[in-house]
Amino acid sequence: MIHLSAITRTFHMGDQVVNALSDINLHIASGEYVSIMGPSGSGKSTLLNIIGLLDRPDSGRYELDDRLITDLPETEQAQIRREKIGFVFQSFHLIPRLTAAENIELPLVLSGIPPEQRQIRVNDALQAFELKQRASHRPAELSGGQRQRVAIARATIMRPSVILADEPTGNLDHQIGAEVMALLENLHHGGTTLIVVTHDRELGARAHRQIAMRDGKILTDQTDDAG
Amino acid sequence: MTLVDTLQTSFKTVVSYRVRSLLIILAMALGVAAVVVLTALGDGARQYVINQFSSIGTNLLVVLPGRAETSGSFLGAVLGQTPRDLTLKDAQLLGRLPQVRRYAPLNVGAAELSGANRLREVTVLGSNADLIPIRHMKLAQGGFLAHGTERNAQIVLGAKIANEFFPRSQAIGQRVRLGDSRFIVSGVLAAQGESMGFNTDEIVIIPIDYAQAMFNTTSLFRILIEAKSHNVIEPAKQAILAALKQSHDGEEDITVITQDAILATFDRILHTMTLAVAGIAAISLIVAGILVMNVMLVAVNQRTAEIGLLKAIGATSRDIRRLFFAEAVWLSFAGAILGFLLGQSGSLMLRLAYPQLPAWAPAWASIAGILVALITGVLACLWPASQAARLDAVKALSKR
Ligand SMILES: Nc1ncnc2c1ncn2[C@@H]1O[C@H](COP(=O)(O)OP(=O)(O)OP(=O)(O)O)[C@@H](O)[C@H]1O
Ligand SMILES: [Mg+2]
Repeated sequence: MIHLSAITRTFHMGDQVVNALSDINLHIASGEYVSIMGPSGSGKSTLLNIIGLLDRPDSGRYELDDRLITDLPETEQAQIRREKIGFVFQSFHLIPRLTAAENIELPLVLSGIPPEQRQIRVNDALQAFELKQRASHRPAELSGGQRQRVAIARATIMRPSVILADEPTGNLDHQIGAEVMALLENLHHGGTTLIVVTHDRELGARAHRQIAMRDGKILTDQTDDAG
Repeated sequence: MTLVDTLQTSFKTVVSYRVRSLLIILAMALGVAAVVVLTALGDGARQYVINQFSSIGTNLLVVLPGRAETSGSFLGAVLGQTPRDLTLKDAQLLGRLPQVRRYAPLNVGAAELSGANRLREVTVLGSNADLIPIRHMKLAQGGFLAHGTERNAQIVLGAKIANEFFPRSQAIGQRVRLGDSRFIVSGVLAAQGESMGFNTDEIVIIPIDYAQAMFNTTSLFRILIEAKSHNVIEPAKQAILAALKQSHDGEEDITVITQDAILATFDRILHTMTLAVAGIAAISLIVAGILVMNVMLVAVNQRTAEIGLLKAIGATSRDIRRLFFAEAVWLSFAGAILGFLLGQSGSLMLRLAYPQLPAWAPAWASIAGILVALITGVLACLWPASQAARLDAVKALSKR
């Protein structure tokens, strides 16, 4: 479903040129569980952002579900983000003045789904992520694990086909991180494509396919036969 | 994102930044309130002056001796000429003009009034019976020079004087002495209070012949003319000028002032003043608009990460622009409404404090105040909103 060919992304910092991604070729099939690892600055986040349509490559082709994405206008890219892609970030990125339920509801609001339906779906999500008691709490009143659960609930409320997680456990302790990973893997078992960027070898090893990056290039790309 | 959701979401944002929102709303409100109160004051003053001026008569023309032009009187002074006096004959001549409904010759002086063991100095008006209706004066009791009594030594007392001299007994029919002459009280004016700096409660009115004898003069201070209708005020003025020019050997040595012209002048001046004051107040709205712009720019900066997140979960640039836009609309809307209410209650307090002053803000001022507030608020937001919409999602997200 995800098809990247000859993707490059270059940043210019003054006279310095940073090749964040150079000539990336990558194919990820629907329902895969992929981890991306590599040292800091190797281009993992940049790759994820391009897959998630938050960033545009300088050159190369990107096809998502057999549709050439690279040159789509902004509004259509936004629609694809809304409907097909769920983002989970290291720093949760919850809106502080909204309650847990309202944060989860946000993508539904952006899609113009009527309030009654939103209510039902948010309630289901709160139930599924064990956040029922925290529904009307603001992010500041939640623990890190709860915040990430809210973020995952928000990322999945539109039932996207791909979940992109950029170091989802980076701000959580080991135990809670493992719980959050279990939640994400659960989504994968439900059929969602899961792409996780992580520094944690142990977590990365849980993915069926492990991609290692360095200096904007894919170093290795291994798929476990088992799983 | 639907319009209702956009409005609701931005409303929640406005509510959650309580202090910030209240400050902007207050700034907007004060601007609108200033427009409303100041125009209420200006228009109230205009109404007040016009009411006062209207109350002194209807379709009134005033004839006075001398030319109003400075050059004329200057030349007259240089040549040692004094303008020809107005006489009773002139007044009678004017009374016969077809455009004139009635006329009242007028002499003014001061004399001592005595009677009922009291003595005081009073302002004396000498005139005829028509003075009362022409000047819109009202008699509380009795009459003045009713038909067949034109030559009688009658006197009309102002309300306060009647009360001072005859507090317990009926004033009508009492004998009083004014200067060296005796008069019979024929009427008492209704209390009117001060109007145009002239208190009719403390005057007395006597027939013009007696006044001229008392003050030893044959000339008149003024002739008051009431035109037959509003339409003939100007023709009446021309006729008066022509008639008196003819009887004064071809010299135009009088001035005719119409109440209408004075009213129009006051109306114009005070209306312009109200406009000017409204304009000055509106400047404070522009200042409030700049405040809104500043606050919205800060908000965009503060909420950069949030904007990035919204983009990540699928908001379009349009959604984001509209969200910030709606926020500014809410703020200016609330400010405009609050300001309108503040301004109206301010005007109400003015009216309570000064009952003579009809301090109602004109509708155009209230509407303009609210519109200017909304428009500046919305304009002030265009730039911050487009800044927000233009933010690069990745950079926005990476900002802590
Ligand atoms: N907006 C930007 N402007 C300039 N340079 C950038 C920008 N974003 C990324 N880079 C550079 O591109 C390279 C890749 O960055 P990227 O964020 O993808 O790395 P990463 O693998 O996610 O690193 P980390 O593990 O630290 O998150 C880095 O050298 C980074 O400095
Ligand atoms: Mg990164």
